Amino acid sequence: MTHDKAAGKTRRQIHEDRLRRRALRVAASSTAAVFLAIFLLVPMAPGWDRVKASFFNWEVFVKTFPKLLDAFKLDIAIFLWCAPAITVLGLLIALARDTRNPALFPLRILGAAYTDIFRGVPVVLTVYLIGFGVPGLGLPRPWNSPYIWGSLALILTYAAYVAEIFRSGIESVHKSQRAAAASLGLSDGDSMRFVILPQAIRRVIPAQMNMLIALQKDVALLSFIGPVEIFRQAGVFKSLMANFTPYVGAAVIFLAVTIPATRYADYLIAKQNRERS
Amino acid sequence: MSKHLLAATAIAALSATTAFADGHCADGKTLTDGALTIATGNPAYFPWVLDNAPESGEGFEAAVAYAVAAEMGFAAENVTWVRSSFDQAIQPGPKDFDLNLQQFSITEDREKMVDFSAPYYAAPMAILAAGSVADTDTSIAALQGLVWGAMGGTTAVPVLMETIAPSSQPLLYGDNADVTAAMQAGQIDAALFDLPTALYLSAVVVEGSKVIGQFPADRTENPDRFGMLMEEGNPLKACVDAAIDSLTETGKLAEIEAQWLQQTTGVPLIK
Amino acid sequence: MPKLALHGVEKRFGENVVCDGIDLTIEEGQMVCLIGASGAGKSTLLRCINLLEPIEDGEILLDGKDISLPGLDPQPVRRRIGMVFQSFNLFPHMTAVENVMLAPRRLYRKSRSALLPEVTELFERFGLKERMGHYPDQLSGGQQQRVAIVRALAMKPEVMLFDEITSALDPQLVGEVLDVLRLLKDSGMTMVLATHEMAFAREAADKVCFLKDGKVIEEGAPEALFDAPQHPDTQAFLARALK
Repeated sequence: MTHDKAAGKTRRQIHEDRLRRRALRVAASSTAAVFLAIFLLVPMAPGWDRVKASFFNWEVFVKTFPKLLDAFKLDIAIFLWCAPAITVLGLLIALARDTRNPALFPLRILGAAYTDIFRGVPVVLTVYLIGFGVPGLGLPRPWNSPYIWGSLALILTYAAYVAEIFRSGIESVHKSQRAAAASLGLSDGDSMRFVILPQAIRRVIPAQMNMLIALQKDVALLSFIGPVEIFRQAGVFKSLMANFTPYVGAAVIFLAVTIPATRYADYLIAKQNRERS
Repeated sequence: MSKHLLAATAIAALSATTAFADGHCADGKTLTDGALTIATGNPAYFPWVLDNAPESGEGFEAAVAYAVAAEMGFAAENVTWVRSSFDQAIQPGPKDFDLNLQQFSITEDREKMVDFSAPYYAAPMAILAAGSVADTDTSIAALQGLVWGAMGGTTAVPVLMETIAPSSQPLLYGDNADVTAAMQAGQIDAALFDLPTALYLSAVVVEGSKVIGQFPADRTENPDRFGMLMEEGNPLKACVDAAIDSLTETGKLAEIEAQWLQQTTGVPLIK
Repeated sequence: MPKLALHGVEKRFGENVVCDGIDLTIEEGQMVCLIGASGAGKSTLLRCINLLEPIEDGEILLDGKDISLPGLDPQPVRRRIGMVFQSFNLFPHMTAVENVMLAPRRLYRKSRSALLPEVTELFERFGLKERMGHYPDQLSGGQQQRVAIVRALAMKPEVMLFDEITSALDPQLVGEVLDVLRLLKDSGMTMVLATHEMAFAREAADKVCFLKDGKVIEEGAPEALFDAPQHPDTQAFLARALK
């Protein structure tokens, strides 16, 4: 059995190479078959021409895409000012829920109630209630801006989720770390700040990345209370042209941001799993 | 309720005299033979449909629908109502209605995707202003300084952008209720609606608001004309057009308009 | 006056009595070894001394002062009593030197640069100078445990507690850690060890206590306890442990 050793490979390597080549061939041909089926069969459906004209209309796409891209800047801006606020608030809530000081017990209850409520209500309802409701109390401009209150609705909702993730991170740090910190005489606050949190935050970064991706999409909910971001802009085009292609355009723009972000989050998770094992 | 039905039946009976005998235009072209399926919004708003009940024949569009049906030879009891959103109306594929009327403005772009009947109403655009700015003078320069809102899915948006060109980016909403909520929250000063809607909102919904002006129909490139929406290539279109033309010629349409839409002459024109 | 004195210390976890009226005295500069089977209450007793666990009854006196009074702030006491754990418990996100500096920085309000000379000296004394910048996962178990000892020493404690600090180590790494303990004893540190290293206890301890079911069964000088145990439980335990 030495006749294949010419390339300087072991028997096992040669066998594995063969398996790999075969797997590659199978994967390539099955992928090709699926795509061929989609590209050949779907256009054969009787309604394809109409679907194409109303969802994949190149003319409409070209006409609306630049303006959609422009409107997307607003999504990014909203995202950029919401994300840090969510992180800070989420962390504070997580810490409030972790507190053991009996004097802060009301804070713990509030923290728990807060996360229950804001995770339980659909985001769009919160956006409506806070976005229209609070300014309706009679705030003067510019303090009644839908940007402020709509963003606050997003911040409150997402902070509830982010807080739970931080809390799970905090709880995942072994209690022996707390004991070690305490045995050195560190206060609970110092122990949290220097010992527990840095480890907890590192562990939950991939999960928080997924929250950011979800947030990037939910920014579009602000359109319900006025701001003309990409989703509303696409809706306007859709109405005026009676054509859904602008939504496809908006989806393309969202994907261009979220796919790399999702891949990156997955990469971080995989990396973390490797480090743990 | 029975009174409404009676009125509708009366209209139908009246028109029946002018209708075709067997084998008229719409035969075999409707979803259900012998019946006409008409869609409207959910909810349908005053003054287009009263109390969200188009079956009563009350409200401008409800009345027009029954009149057109009668003209096409359908008795009132053969008219079936369904509800549809804008998106359902324009989605590709078979429709679950023959006609859809919910203040759809006829535009060139839309006509590429769906069919519209001949217009049954030409709506001037009007400005609804919140109480705090109700006495703004109606020069374009003064109007440009307001914070504007509009319903995102309507032709009010291009009219607003082209005719007034506000200095700050207008806020757009998903439906009329949201526009008025924003006005009540003080987030917008003024909003653009078709005149009948604006009058209704000012009188009933937004306290202290006022319709401060309307645009003459020739001021906009696309004067807002409402048409009944049909599936692209619907063979029924010819019959519907004929019915609407006939109602226009006989003055019946103007009668219905006078009955259901408020007097709009008191609103000043914007120059 | 003994450096540390325990009178009737009782600790329960629910129904389970882990320390059942323990009396123990440790003189200044003494090394006391606690021996006994797993679950005898050695580790819990150490955690009670360091106030990581509140005790139900009894008292713990440090320099004659009761440190176990319910409601007392434990932090000032913990600064005076250092503790080293079986599983090292280094902070994995910090380098060795950061691990050591954290508590003095926070509690004595000293800057890194002010602390560096004395900390470097500690590392040097325990043969770890080359490892100061390493993260815990870049160190061997023995090195990690020595860093943990340095970390506790940096607080300049008066008493050190060691909770089976060699049990998690590969046999060939045990020696370097025990050398550190000898070094510490020579420097006059008061130490309490929970340990399974019988040979070390016999060689280095001033006093050995045998615990069983949360009670001190027998205590005495190592030669006496190891060579002539009085109590049958002690005899049985040693017979198995020294086999």
